[in-house]
Amino acid sequence: MEWSFLLVQALSGLASASSLFVIASGLTIVFGVTRIVNFAHGSFYMLGAYVAVTLVPWLLEFERSPTLFFVGVLASAIAVGVLGVVMEVTLLRRIYRVPELFQLLATFGVVLIVQDLVLLIWGPVEIAGPRAPGLRHGVYILDQRFPAYELFLIFVGPAVLALLWLLMHRTRFGVLIRAATQDREMVGALGVNQAMLFTGTLFLGAALAGLGGALQIPRVSASSQMDLSIITEAFVVTVIGGMGSVPGAFIAALLIGLLQAFGVLIFPKITLVLVFLLMAAVLVVKPWGLLGRPDAAAGRAVLPEGILDPGRLDRAGKVLLALGLITVLALPLVDAYAVKVGTEVLILALAAVSLNFLVGNGGIVSFGHAAYFGLGAYGAGLLVVKAGMPMEPALIAAPIAGGAAAALFGFFVVRLSGIYLAMLTLAFAQIAYAVVFQWVEVTGGDNGLVGVWPSRWAASREVYHYLTAVVTLAAIVFLRRVIHAPFGATLRAARDSAQRADAIGVDVRMHRWLGFTLAGAAAGLAGGLYAFSKGSIDPTLLGIPMSVDFLSMILLGGIQSVLGPVAGAAAFHALKDFFLPLTDHWRLFLGLSIIGMVLVFPRGLAGAFASLRRRPA
Amino acid sequence: MTRFTLHRRTLGAVALATLARPAFAQPAPIRIGELNSYARMAAFAVPYRNAMQLAQDAVNAAGGVMGGRRIEFVFRDDGSTPGDAVRVAEELLTRENVSFIAGTFLSNVGLAVADFANQRKRLFLATEPLTDAITMAQGNRYTWRVRPGTYMQTKMLTDAIAGRTALNRWAIVAPNYEYGQSAAANFKRLLATAIPGAEIVAEQFPALGRVDAGATVGALAQSRPDAIFNSLFGPDLTAFVREGNTRGLFERRTVVSLLTGEPEYLIPLGEETPEGWIVTGYPWEQVEAPPAHKAFIEAYRARFNDTPRKGSLLGYVTVQIIANLLNKANTLDNEALVDALADLRTDAIVGPVTMRGLDHQGTLGTWVGETTLNGRQGAMKNARYADGANFLFPEAEVRAARRSA
Repeated sequence: MEWSFLLVQALSGLASASSLFVIASGLTIVFGVTRIVNFAHGSFYMLGAYVAVTLVPWLLEFERSPTLFFVGVLASAIAVGVLGVVMEVTLLRRIYRVPELFQLLATFGVVLIVQDLVLLIWGPVEIAGPRAPGLRHGVYILDQRFPAYELFLIFVGPAVLALLWLLMHRTRFGVLIRAATQDREMVGALGVNQAMLFTGTLFLGAALAGLGGALQIPRVSASSQMDLSIITEAFVVTVIGGMGSVPGAFIAALLIGLLQAFGVLIFPKITLVLVFLLMAAVLVVKPWGLLGRPDAAAGRAVLPEGILDPGRLDRAGKVLLALGLITVLALPLVDAYAVKVGTEVLILALAAVSLNFLVGNGGIVSFGHAAYFGLGAYGAGLLVVKAGMPMEPALIAAPIAGGAAAALFGFFVVRLSGIYLAMLTLAFAQIAYAVVFQWVEVTGGDNGLVGVWPSRWAASREVYHYLTAVVTLAAIVFLRRVIHAPFGATLRAARDSAQRADAIGVDVRMHRWLGFTLAGAAAGLAGGLYAFSKGSIDPTLLGIPMSVDFLSMILLGGIQSVLGPVAGAAAFHALKDFFLPLTDHWRLFLGLSIIGMVLVFPRGLAGAFASLRRRPA
Repeated sequence: MTRFTLHRRTLGAVALATLARPAFAQPAPIRIGELNSYARMAAFAVPYRNAMQLAQDAVNAAGGVMGGRRIEFVFRDDGSTPGDAVRVAEELLTRENVSFIAGTFLSNVGLAVADFANQRKRLFLATEPLTDAITMAQGNRYTWRVRPGTYMQTKMLTDAIAGRTALNRWAIVAPNYEYGQSAAANFKRLLATAIPGAEIVAEQFPALGRVDAGATVGALAQSRPDAIFNSLFGPDLTAFVREGNTRGLFERRTVVSLLTGEPEYLIPLGEETPEGWIVTGYPWEQVEAPPAHKAFIEAYRARFNDTPRKGSLLGYVTVQIIANLLNKANTLDNEALVDALADLRTDAIVGPVTMRGLDHQGTLGTWVGETTLNGRQGAMKNARYADGANFLFPEAEVRAARRSA
């Protein structure tokens, strides 16, 4: 290959890196200060692009000048920043005191709402923005033509980095941001107005995302799917760089931009997973990212988020449980469709309980739990479709497949903690997704495989429902038993203080690893049951949306409760099933109800139930 | 509890309706379930649904089907995942009591619903999924596809470039999922006969919805191809075309591109529309025959105050096929419907469309032409209708692939 080509390819990579950095810097600042994993950051990026494709052409009507173009871009960024403030004041401010994960759920609700609002306001057709006046042409670099606008973009990233550095080191606001990133409680104790600080941070973060989106309009069209396509990459950049570290994000963006630019030359099909492979590799070697630091609060005794005392069921709990059981058994009396939905709720409940076994009991927040669910489904489905085995052995293989994958990934995962652990689970899930997606000969690629139907005796909806009920309830009871057993208590001890658990002789990593494997096996079993209820398997079972669904279920149900996730699964699935047929805008209503539930039941359904019990009537 | 009472009430109502049916002057409408990605693929699916409603009203105004019964579509979002879609299909069949189902957009969703239909022994008209598997290796008795699949549309394009021996070196760019991969595989296969001796010098498979346009265009240009085969669409296509225009990738090169001429994808390209790409598409304003098509365009524009898309055409033709099927079968028994659908010929707004019994593929065609810039908007020129009947899979190949079906 010629040098001129390699140079231009590197410049392409730098341009992408620069754009990626602008977006990721906002995400990393917001996380550093507020500790919120802001899923809505991608939505701000999308809104930046949409505002810009509306505003900039209007401005260019007056005069096609570069000045007006960039005035429009900056105005779009500020407008999006204001939207960030709106989100902070109306939503996030109300939930700073609830478990951190809840804020993640709330921002996920915002993602759903923004997706549909964008469709309502701008319509479904993607909108191409104007090119930047004065930067439309290509520039010759040696013998290769390169877009002038991308040459300009290459300088935007370092410029934003420099401005952020000035802001962080030369202004009081910046100093406070840095202080809060290091120790939020201390900043509060010193009398800093946290509300103002958080609002300002959200403005800055959202405006950077909006700027990133607005700067893209001469290159890509504004479409309603651009939010989710950017958010994972932005997360990867912030994690590789170290959450909260702006220079780290810059280095990580450079790495990823160049990796993609040259990666397409060597592995044109692997772009899907390249960034996740890089993230997994970085996290295995550097558990806090390139420039990140261990959380200052990590060694401090904090009230854990999760199951405090599994406890026994009181009378009300038992009544509720009995009612639930009767409902499960009586569903076939309602109608065939109710049976179908009931079967799915049972399966999702098992998956949710297995996730909460990790999150609530073990403090291991997994963003990639769908991987084990999906691999369980594939384990069972492949045996049926490819090996011609019947359902029974396939259902035994499902938890083995899920457990084996969890054991493999878990070996690396349990070495980390907190958000980095969560992101490593996400990376592994994406790697598993990519394998299933690309290995067309075996897995059927993204079309998946069909023909995964139950054995003849279990073919009817009702029989399969009862079969599912027996298997899932047995598994849930087993997991509950494990939570009550010394093993579960050990996991809680390791969650609350790894050092202290270690000091009394608990092998923390080993216990976490076994717990991770067990949860993976349970999720795999749920996945196997799911495959037979649908008749088909495909990569969406391993995807990020599925993992987010599981997280939503346990959060709705309440992560402090052992059986709360069952209620959460039922509520979440019922909501989705209720809104899906009603309207094209089901995501809007689902998002609104998620946010409504977060605000009304900040400790989940189980938490609400418990506080209702405690309050004398 | 409420649900149970409701259920009993419904049961009662159903029983009453069955008893009372002969006494009613107006027989109950025939309900058909239609599931599609109305939320996620709104740019395609909403014009599609509009046209279906237009066609449904036209059929009903003309006296309905089966001697006076009205048809009624029950529209549902398929959630864009196989899991959701199968549940929605179940809901349509059990709660909404539809006679059979139609729709789906994504290939994996279409295949999952097809297998579900096979399991439940209900007719499924897969309208939009392009994957060849749905009529070939994974075809089944109950699943029929209306739209020309990936193979057919690719063959239309390779026929258009057949014999252009100057085009020796080809580069392929396709989204990295089944549609893109199978378009690329079909193209390679068909290119060997269309231009003997031509070679593939570069292949790029950017992730769907996340094309890194600069790097991709750079990699393609570096291979110095004579011609490019593209199957990117939507936002990926816009980004790719802009980058390619600025970097001069398309200059003095022939580009052959799937679907690009469809209004869904041509409208967003706007003034960036490249000149002279050989594409499949739908130049609705240039279609002169048959006259019914002009009437459809006028009715559509009058009712929805919007120009029709490719999805609109597909939706309208689908309803025409369904109405014709119901009239011919004159029963709602799904086995009889499936039998009647085999080689059923419908005079649709594009001319005759036959559902080939051999592979359950419709002969609905599409238009092949070249892109051009018309003012500040993209358009097609030199377009002609390619009848799907001429581009079906060879019969022997179908028999080999569908042996299990």
